[in-house]
Amino acid sequence: MAAPAIALPAPGRAAAAVERVDALFDAAFGQGLNPLRHLGALGYHFLWICCASGIWIYVGFDTSATGAWASLDAMDRGEWPLGAFARALHRYSADALVVVTLLHLAREAARRHYAAFRRFAWLTGLFALALLFLAGINGYWLAWDQLAQWSLTATIEWLDALPVFDGSLARNVIDDGQVNDRFFSLLIFVHIGLPLALLGALWAHVQRVSPARTAPPRALGWGTAAMLAALCLAKPVALMPAADLAFLPARIPLDWFYLFPHVAMASLGPAGLWAATAAFFAALAALPWATRVPRAPAARVNLANCNGCARCFADCPYDAVVMVARTDGRHHPRQAQVDPMLCAGCGICTGACPSSTPFRRGETLATGIDMPQAAIGELRARLESRTAALTGTPRVVVLGCRWSAPAATLEDASTACVEFLCAAMVPPSFVEYALRAGADGVLLAGCREGDCEFRTGTALAAERLAGARKPALRPSVPRERVRQVHAGITDAAALRAALDDFRAALARLGPRAADHPHPPKRQESRHG
Amino acid sequence: MNRPLAWGLQAVLYGAFAAFLGYFSTSPAFAPLPPDHALIRLSLNHAGQRKFPCRTRTAEELAKLAPNMRAAEDCPRERAPVRVSVELDGRSVADIEARPAGLSRDGASVAYRRIPVPAGTHRLRVALADDAAGTFDRVREEAVSLPPGRVLVIDFEPGKGGIVLR
Repeated sequence: MAAPAIALPAPGRAAAAVERVDALFDAAFGQGLNPLRHLGALGYHFLWICCASGIWIYVGFDTSATGAWASLDAMDRGEWPLGAFARALHRYSADALVVVTLLHLAREAARRHYAAFRRFAWLTGLFALALLFLAGINGYWLAWDQLAQWSLTATIEWLDALPVFDGSLARNVIDDGQVNDRFFSLLIFVHIGLPLALLGALWAHVQRVSPARTAPPRALGWGTAAMLAALCLAKPVALMPAADLAFLPARIPLDWFYLFPHVAMASLGPAGLWAATAAFFAALAALPWATRVPRAPAARVNLANCNGCARCFADCPYDAVVMVARTDGRHHPRQAQVDPMLCAGCGICTGACPSSTPFRRGETLATGIDMPQAAIGELRARLESRTAALTGTPRVVVLGCRWSAPAATLEDASTACVEFLCAAMVPPSFVEYALRAGADGVLLAGCREGDCEFRTGTALAAERLAGARKPALRPSVPRERVRQVHAGITDAAALRAALDDFRAALARLGPRAADHPHPPKRQESRHG
Repeated sequence: MNRPLAWGLQAVLYGAFAAFLGYFSTSPAFAPLPPDHALIRLSLNHAGQRKFPCRTRTAEELAKLAPNMRAAEDCPRERAPVRVSVELDGRSVADIEARPAGLSRDGASVAYRRIPVPAGTHRLRVALADDAAGTFDRVREEAVSLPPGRVLVIDFEPGKGGIVLR
C-alpha cells in the first residue's frame, strides 16, 4: 500500500462510533438523506420555522404585561387564525433546534472537528449555543403564565448571584406590581434581540466553509416540517394559569430542552449553576487547545504550473484559496494563493488543478497547487509502479481516501491501492491514466455519501467522474470500468464486497488491455 | 433495503423524534417547592443610617475650605450595613447582614433570600437594624397563614410603616 509521505492523525474511535450510529439511520434514509449528516442544516431549518411562527404569533400578541397572557389564551381558543398551531410550531421547532444543535456539537466533537482550521467555527458555534439557550428561556417569559413567572424568577435569582447585582434584580419580580408594561417591553425586546444576535453568530459560524450547507435536502426538510405539523396537531401547547407572584404552582409542566438549568439550580444553587455553566463552556472552548489535533500541512502553490484558472478556488471547501493578482509577471491575470491558517490539507485543490494530469511529460509531475504530505508526482509514480506489478486478473486499481475505509487490506496480486488525502484529491485524469497503464478497472473509494471528512470531497469526486464538473473524466473513458464507492472508516467489509462485485463485473467485460493495448502517453500540459 | 421497509423505518424514526419532543417539552412535571410547602421571599432595598455621626467643623477648618464648600457639618459618607433577622415559630430561618453598595459604601443595602417553609399557620417575627450599633429597632411580629404554594414577600418600606408583609 502506498502511504502518504507524512503521517496524519488517524480518525479516532469516537468517529468510528459516530459511523456506527449513522449506519442505523442510513438503513432508513439512505446515506445522502441521513439526518445525522445534516444536523447543522436542520438547525437552520428549525430556526427559520421558529422565526416564521414567532412573527405570526407576535402579530396577534398583546405586548403589555396585563394583556400578554389574555392574548395568547385567545389564540389558543381560536380567536387568532392559526394562533394555537403557530404557538405549538414555535415551541416544538425551538425544541427541535436545541436537539439538533446539541447532536451537531456532540458529533463534531466526536470527530475532533474543533481544532486547527475548524477552531473559528467551533468557537462561534459555542457562542451561538449560549445565545440559543438565552433566547429560548427568555421566550417562555412572554406568555406570562405561571411557568413564565417561575422561569423568570429563577433566572433573576441566578443573575442575582453575581456580585454586580447582589439581589437587586429580584426586586423586579417580588410582586405583580413590579412587572409593569415597561419591564415587559424590555423582555420582548430581548426576545427579538437575542435571536438576531443568534443569526449573527450563525452567520459567523459558516464564514469559513464554502459552500455553507444551511438548508437540508428537500426531502428531509419536508419530512421534518410534516413531523412538526403532526406533533402540533396531536399535542397543542397549553398555557398555565396567568402569573400570580403570590403563588407558586405545585407542579410545572417543564420544557426540559430549555428550562433544565432551573432544575439544576434547585439542586446546585445559583453559584453552583454558575460554576457548572462556566465549566461546561470553558471546557468546550478549551478543546481546540487542550487536545493535540495536529494541523495538516497546507497546500502550496507552484506558480510555474498555475494559470489562474480558479478551479481550486471554486472547489476549496474552506475558502482557504483566494485568487490574487499575478506576482510572477506571466501573462495570466491571476494566481492562486493559500491561507495556511484556513487550509484543511485535504488536497481537493490538487484534484481540481488541470495541471495535475498524470499525462504530462517529465520524470517528475509538478502541478499548480500541491500537497507537501502527498505530492501528486509521488502518487503518479506509485500508481505506475503498483499497476505494473499486478499479475492477476482482472486488474483493479483502488484509489482510496485515507479518511474512509482502509483500502490497504484489499491489496493482492490483482489489486493495487494508492491512497490519497481525499477522494476529490484524485484528478479524474488519474482514473484514465490507470486504465491506460494496464488496469482493467478503477475503483474510487471515499467517505460515506454526504459524510466527507472535508465536507464536499465525495460529491465533487462524483461530479467530476460524471463529467458534470471540471476537471471532468473524459467521455471516451469506458464508464463501466470506473466505479465510485462510499465506505466509511468502519466499512472495510462493505468496501471488500464492493470490490468483489466490481471485479465480477470486470470479469464479464473481459480484459481492458485487449481493447486498449497502448501504455499511457505523456504530453505537455496545455494549462501550464 | 427495499423502499417500503425504508419508508416504514423513516416513519418510525420521525415518530420517535416527535414523541421525544412532545414528551420532554412538558414532562416530567417539576415541583418548584417540596410538597405542602410555602415560600417566604425576603427582598429589601434600604439605605442604612450613616455609620459615623456628623461632626461640626471648627472655624479653622471652615476657613481652609473654598467658600462654596463651607458646609457647617462634616458627614462621612459610609452607611451602616442593614441587618435582618427572620424567625419562624421562634426558630431563626434567616439572619442577613447586607452591606451598602458603592465603592464608598454609601449606597443602599440590598438583600434577597428565598426561604421555603412548611405550609400552615406560623408565628413570624422580622427584625431589622440599620444603624451602626446594629440595634433591631424595627420589628414586626404576627401570625401568618401560609397555604401550600403561597409566596409571602417580606419587604421594607419606610413610607408604609417599615417592615411590610404581602
